[in-house]
Amino acid sequence: MSRFLRLLRGHPAAEQIVPRAGFTAWLTGLTAFAMAALAVCALAATFAAGRLADRWSSELARSSTVQVLAPAEEVDRQVTAALAALRTTPGIVSARALDMAEQEALLAPWIGTGLPLDALPVPRLIVIEETVEGPDAAALALRLTAEAPGAQYDDHTRWRRPMIAAADRLRLISGAALALILFATAAMVTLASRAALAANARVITTLRLVGAEDRFIAGAFTRRFTLRALIGAGLGAAGAALAFLFVPDVGAEGAFVTGLAPQGQEWLALAGVPLIAAITAYIATARAAKRALNTIEEA
Amino acid sequence: MIEFSGTRFSYGQDTILSDLNLSITPGSFHFLTGPSGAGKTTFLKLCYMALTPTGGGLTVFGKEAAMLTRDDIARFRRKIGVMHQNCQFLDHLSVEDNIALPLRVQDKFTESRATDLADLMDWVGLSHRAAALPPELSGGERQRAALARAVMISPDVIIADEPTGNLDWDMAQRVLTLLVELNRMGKAVLIATHDLNIIRSVKGQVNARVLRLKSGQLQLAGSDL
Ligand SMILES: Nc1ncnc2c1ncn2[C@@H]1O[C@H](COP(=O)(O)OP(=O)(O)O)[C@@H](O)[C@H]1O
Ligand SMILES: [Mg+2]
Repeated sequence: MSRFLRLLRGHPAAEQIVPRAGFTAWLTGLTAFAMAALAVCALAATFAAGRLADRWSSELARSSTVQVLAPAEEVDRQVTAALAALRTTPGIVSARALDMAEQEALLAPWIGTGLPLDALPVPRLIVIEETVEGPDAAALALRLTAEAPGAQYDDHTRWRRPMIAAADRLRLISGAALALILFATAAMVTLASRAALAANARVITTLRLVGAEDRFIAGAFTRRFTLRALIGAGLGAAGAALAFLFVPDVGAEGAFVTGLAPQGQEWLALAGVPLIAAITAYIATARAAKRALNTIEEA
Repeated sequence: MIEFSGTRFSYGQDTILSDLNLSITPGSFHFLTGPSGAGKTTFLKLCYMALTPTGGGLTVFGKEAAMLTRDDIARFRRKIGVMHQNCQFLDHLSVEDNIALPLRVQDKFTESRATDLADLMDWVGLSHRAAALPPELSGGERQRAALARAVMISPDVIIADEPTGNLDWDMAQRVLTLLVELNRMGKAVLIATHDLNIIRSVKGQVNARVLRLKSGQLQLAGSDL
């Protein structure tokens, strides 16, 4: 790592000793640019998937609801009966019926305000907080049917589990994409630096004749490629990050639709992308240089 | 400093040099002659470790040449200034930068060395060509630039392969004078040339040994010159 930093600080002597021209340096910059942009997208997807999974598992993990739908004169009695049943069911920490105001607030986004809820056959909601294990869903449903025929236990885990699994899968796919991007970058930089080293075999021979050690020659190439990758990846990552800045904020109303844009500290992680690209380029070029220095013939 | 003892060299089956014995000591002056293809360049390449002997012994600055690593060779080359037959410049760097190259690769090119460089450019008469690119130089200018690069590192030994190769008489004399001057400063000088007139022209100025390469063997030449 200290060698890497020393390299970036520069070896003023090595600066212009390798001919500047050549498509290889551009290829490296361009590759780094594209790969960094892709990496930022993959990272953002990973983060978003992570947030979704977290949210679904924490917010919903221990909550479920019971809906009570019954004729107006029956409904209060059935709610009371259901509550009584729920409070004596193992696996349930608490159960509470939402009052009218809360129900109205809940329904407002869907049907607007100002509607007389009591005039509509809207089910009453009981919010349940469960223990980690939760109640035995089938037994609870059976018991509720007996005590309050209009009550229906809505077990969130039924649809929550596959969604968490999907989010986890998404995270895995993004992770694999990141690994592929890293691999492709390393492969591309390796090819580009090998081409540059081969094209400059005569330069290398001349440098050796005037007493250049391997470290110096390799450094001249690795510095160039590492800087190209750093600059290319920096621009690519910044470009992609900028694009995310302009993703519309869905805000709290979006309920489960979390924004794809990174949040908070995740922005910091994006800054790691160019750094990793530069380190990848450094390792790839250093290896290519070592190989070239071992194969290029003496004068 | 460079010690040949029973040294042999062959390219594959072609034996170019056999059983060489020679010692290059500080302050010595050697001419190496022989017709084209006799193996002069090959001999010099052994001296600056671009080739390793295929038999016999060769020690450079006290170390067996066959045992040296690439980085050892790089460090030893900093004590040996070489004027290559084809000069070996980096064509994308200016003449001045090429001459400074041996210091640059050691990261030793400092302010004070920059004045040395200017003096050196002056000494070889290339100050006005400092910013030119090597391909723009004439033959004589290339040879003098090569000499300047060879001495930039204040080497102990200066090796010159056909330093007067493409030069007219006056220019050849100028380059030779520079080499003689370096020898007077205490540097060992080894010059390969097929041109005997060149050797005759400096005979009076310097105590030089003349070696002849013939059928892969070194002979001491003398009276016939
Ligand atoms: N790389 C090489 N591979 C095979 N043969 C070579 C090589 N370099 C030189 N030779 C041969 O070695 C012989 C000596 O060459 P050289 O040392 O260049 O002679 P000189 O410098 O005296 O003209 C020549 O016959 C040449 O063809
Ligand atoms: Mg020759």
